[in-house]
Amino acid sequence: MPRINSATELEELRKGILSKRDPNKPCIAICAGTGCLALGNDRVISAFEEEVKKQTLEAKVDIRATGCHGFCEKGPNIIIYPEEICYIEVTPEDVPEIVSQTVLGKEVIDRLIYTDPNTGEKAAHQSEIPFYKNQMRHLIGNNSKIDPKSIDEYLALGGYSALSKSLFEMSPEQVLEEIKKANLRGRGGGGFPAGLKWETARNAPGEEKYVIVNGHEGEPGAFMDRALFTGNPHSVLEGLIIGAYAIGSHQGFIYTRHDSPQLRNNIAVALTQAEEYGLLGENILGSGFNFNVEVHLDIGIFVSGESSALMRSIEGKNPEPRPKYIRTSVSGIWEKPSNLNNVETWANVPQIINRGSEWYTSIGTERSKGTKLISLSGNIVNTGVVEVPFGTTLREIVYDIGGGIPNGKKLKAVHFGGPMGGSIPESLLDTPLDFDELAKLGAPIGAGGMFVLDEDTNMVDVTRFFLNFLTNESCGKCVPCREGIRQMLKIVTNISEGKGREGDIELLEEISEVAGAASLCALGKTASDPLLSTLRYFRDEYEANIKEKKCRA
Amino acid sequence: MSEILLQIDGREVEARKGMTILEAAQSAGIFIPTLCHHEKLEAYGACRICTVEVEARGRKNLVAACVYPVEQNLVVRTRSEKIDRIRKMILELLLAHAPDAFALQDLAKEYGADKDRFEKEASFCIHCGLCVRYCAEVKKKNAVGFVDRGTRREISFIPEIASKECWNCKECFPLCPTEALQAAFVLTKALFSP
Amino acid sequence: MDNARIDRIIDKHQGEASSLIQVLLEIQSENHWLPKEALERVSEKLQVPLTRIRHIATFYKTFSLIPKGRHEIHVCTGSSCHVRGATRLLDTVQDLIGIRPGETSSDLRFSLETGNCLGCCALGPEIVVDGKHHSKIAPDNVEDVLKDYD
Repeated sequence: MPRINSATELEELRKGILSKRDPNKPCIAICAGTGCLALGNDRVISAFEEEVKKQTLEAKVDIRATGCHGFCEKGPNIIIYPEEICYIEVTPEDVPEIVSQTVLGKEVIDRLIYTDPNTGEKAAHQSEIPFYKNQMRHLIGNNSKIDPKSIDEYLALGGYSALSKSLFEMSPEQVLEEIKKANLRGRGGGGFPAGLKWETARNAPGEEKYVIVNGHEGEPGAFMDRALFTGNPHSVLEGLIIGAYAIGSHQGFIYTRHDSPQLRNNIAVALTQAEEYGLLGENILGSGFNFNVEVHLDIGIFVSGESSALMRSIEGKNPEPRPKYIRTSVSGIWEKPSNLNNVETWANVPQIINRGSEWYTSIGTERSKGTKLISLSGNIVNTGVVEVPFGTTLREIVYDIGGGIPNGKKLKAVHFGGPMGGSIPESLLDTPLDFDELAKLGAPIGAGGMFVLDEDTNMVDVTRFFLNFLTNESCGKCVPCREGIRQMLKIVTNISEGKGREGDIELLEEISEVAGAASLCALGKTASDPLLSTLRYFRDEYEANIKEKKCRA
Repeated sequence: MSEILLQIDGREVEARKGMTILEAAQSAGIFIPTLCHHEKLEAYGACRICTVEVEARGRKNLVAACVYPVEQNLVVRTRSEKIDRIRKMILELLLAHAPDAFALQDLAKEYGADKDRFEKEASFCIHCGLCVRYCAEVKKKNAVGFVDRGTRREISFIPEIASKECWNCKECFPLCPTEALQAAFVLTKALFSP
Repeated sequence: MDNARIDRIIDKHQGEASSLIQVLLEIQSENHWLPKEALERVSEKLQVPLTRIRHIATFYKTFSLIPKGRHEIHVCTGSSCHVRGATRLLDTVQDLIGIRPGETSSDLRFSLETGNCLGCCALGPEIVVDGKHHSKIAPDNVEDVLKDYD
C-alpha cells in the first residue's frame, strides 16, 4: 500500500479504486454478523466460494463477507448486488441455485425471498422489505456494501473524505463548532452533547490528551455497537481521528470486548490498513497532525463500561468507578483530559463533517438530532439492528419495523436502557424516540437496547431480572449501590415468589431514593430505575403479588 | 497558597485549594460522620455516610464530602431531612452485616437507625477498605486485598505475605470499624499456615 | 504453564504495569485458567502487588482461578433469552451435568457459565458449547446436544 501524503493523493487513490470497479458486476454480500455466523453463515460463505470456483466465475462475481445487515431474525441473510435482491434463511444447499439462477440468470428465487406474515406480500429487494424500508440507515446501511477488512471499499464509498476535509479545510475550532451546531448527543446512555464534552477536553489544561472509543456494550440485549463497529470499523476510526484533531489529542484508545473475536480482528485490520495509508500515525495525510491508537481489551462486566471505571481499566487497574466531581474530560486516564464517546457517537462524526450540521439537524426532533441505532429484542417478531431517525414513534418501531408481537400476543411494555433503564406501558407507545421525552417517562434510551415485552410478562419478574443482573455486574465498592441492590433484590424476589409483605413497596422506594441520591457512580444512581418505572406503571402487579401471595416466578 | 471562602452550615469557612469539604469542615470544627475515611489514606468515597448537600452556581447536589473539592462561594449543608434519611438507610444496610460494631451503633443512635430493619447477613465486614488501603498505602505490604465484585466482594489476606508481615504489624486491626478484622486474619492464618 | 511462556507474554507488552489486564487475558486464553504460580510470576515481573492482581482476576468473569473443563458451556441469560425461557434451559443444563454456573464438573468434562449477552438475541434462548451456538433450543434437546462432547 502506498502512503498517502495529501488530500489530492487521497482523491486520486479513490478515483483509482472506483475506476477499477464495475458497478454492474454481480456481488454476493453475505452477512457475517454475530447472529448470522452463529446460524452457520460461515458454511454459506464457503459454499459460495466453492461454487464460484467450480463454475470458474472468480473474475466475474465478487463474494463479500460483510458485517451485520440487521435482520437477524431471518438470518442467514445475503444480498445480491447490483439488483439488491435479499435472500433470507439461506442454507449451503441453496447456493448452487442462487449462483446459477440469480447471479447469472438474474432471476429471483421465490422461496428465498421475504414474505410478510401479515399480508402474504412478497418482497425481493431490500428496499421493499418492511423491516428495512421503514428505517433510515445512514450508519448501519453501509455494512452490506463493504468488506470490513478492506479499507479500499470504505474509501470507495467516500471514506476518509471527512477527515481530509477537517484537516485541510477546517481549523480544529471549526470542526468543534460544526459538531456543536449539529447538536450531536452521546449515544452511550446519557445523551450529553458531544460537542460540549469535546470543548471541555480541548480547553482543559495540559498538553497530553486522550480520546477513547467506548465499545464495551455490556448491556444485555444491546448488540448494535458491535454490529456497526465490526461491520464498518473505519467509520468509527475516522470519527475518532477527526475528534482527536478537534480536541488536540494525539493518542486514542479503543476499548472493546475480548469475547468478540471478529470485532477484535476487524479493528486490528482497520488500524493496520489506516496506518499503512498514512491515515493514522505521524503526519496524517501530510497535514502535520499526529495521532496513534491503542486497543484495550476487556471482558465486559457491566460496570466496566462506566467511563471512570473504563479509564481505570486502561490504566491496568481494577475497573472501579471513581468519584467524578472532576470530569474525566478534564482529568481521566492518568489524570489527563480524556474524552470518551461511544461507538455510535464517533461514527456520526464523518457524516456531520461531510454533509454539514444543517443537513444533520434536519433529521430528528427538536432536541434529539440524527438517527439512532436500536437493538430490537424480546417478544418481537423481527429481532435485529434497526436505525431510525429520532422522532419515530415506538409504535412504528415495534409494528412497522419489528413486525409486532409473536404468537398473536398483545404488547404489554417496552423497556429501554437495560438494567439502568425503565419500562413504559402500551398506552405510551405513541411516544417519539427522543432522549428527553423518554427520560421524562422514566425510560431513558440508554445505549439503545429496546426490549419488547408481551402480555404474559410479569413486570415484577422483569425487575428482579435486572436487579439480579446488577448484583453480579456492579463493582461493590460503595454502600448504597452494593447493599441497596442486595436488599432490593431480596424484597423483589420475595414479592415475586408470593412472600411479599405490606410495606415492602414503601421500603423499596426508600432504598431506591438513597441508592439514587448517594451512590458513587451512574450504575448505582440508576440501578433502581427499572424498579421505579415498573412501580410507576405497573404498581398493581406488585400489590396483587403481595395481597394474593401469588408466586409468579 | 490561595484561600477559598465557603459556607458550611451557615458559617464562613476558610480553606486552601485542593482541600475537600470534609477537610475544610474538620478544620473549622464541624463534624461530618465518616466510616471509610482516614487522614493518612487517599480519599475513597465508598461508604457515602459523609454525604452532604452542596449548592454551587445555583444548583443543589448531594455529594460525598470526603472527595468533593472545595470551591469559592460553595454553600454546604451537613444536615437536612434528606441527608439524615440517607445516613439512616446506609447505617441500616450496614448493620445487617455488622450489628455489633460500636462505630455503627453510635451513629445509629444519632440518626435513629434500626439495626433490625434488614435481615441479618453477618459478614462482619462493611467494605470500608481501611485495612486494604492502609496496608497498601502506608505499610506498602499489600497483605490484604479485595476479591470478587458486586455483592460478593470481600477482603482476603494473601497467606504467604500475611504469615511474613502481619504478626509484627497488626496496625490495621484498630482501624477496623467492626473490630472483626482480627478474627478474619486469625481465621486466614488458621486455614493456611497451621 | 511455565515461567518462560509467561515471560514471553509479559515481554510482548514491554513489561508495563498498565498492560496487566492484557497479560492476564493472554495467559487465560492460552492456559484456560490462571494458576497461582502464574499470578505470582506476573506480580514479580510487572511489579504489581498480588492483591491487585487477585482483585482483577476475581473481578472479571473471563478469568478463572481453577482449571476449566474440556468443554465450556455458556447459557445466555441476557434479557431477551430470559423472556424466551433461558431459566428453564439453565435448570435443565444444571440437572444434566450436575454443576452450577461458575463450576467445573469433577471429571473436568464441562465448565458452566451464564450471563454476558452475546448479541444473538434473535436466536434465543441458546447455549454455546466451545463457541458453537445452539440456537432456539428447547430444554428437551439439550441432552442430545451435550452428548457429542466427551
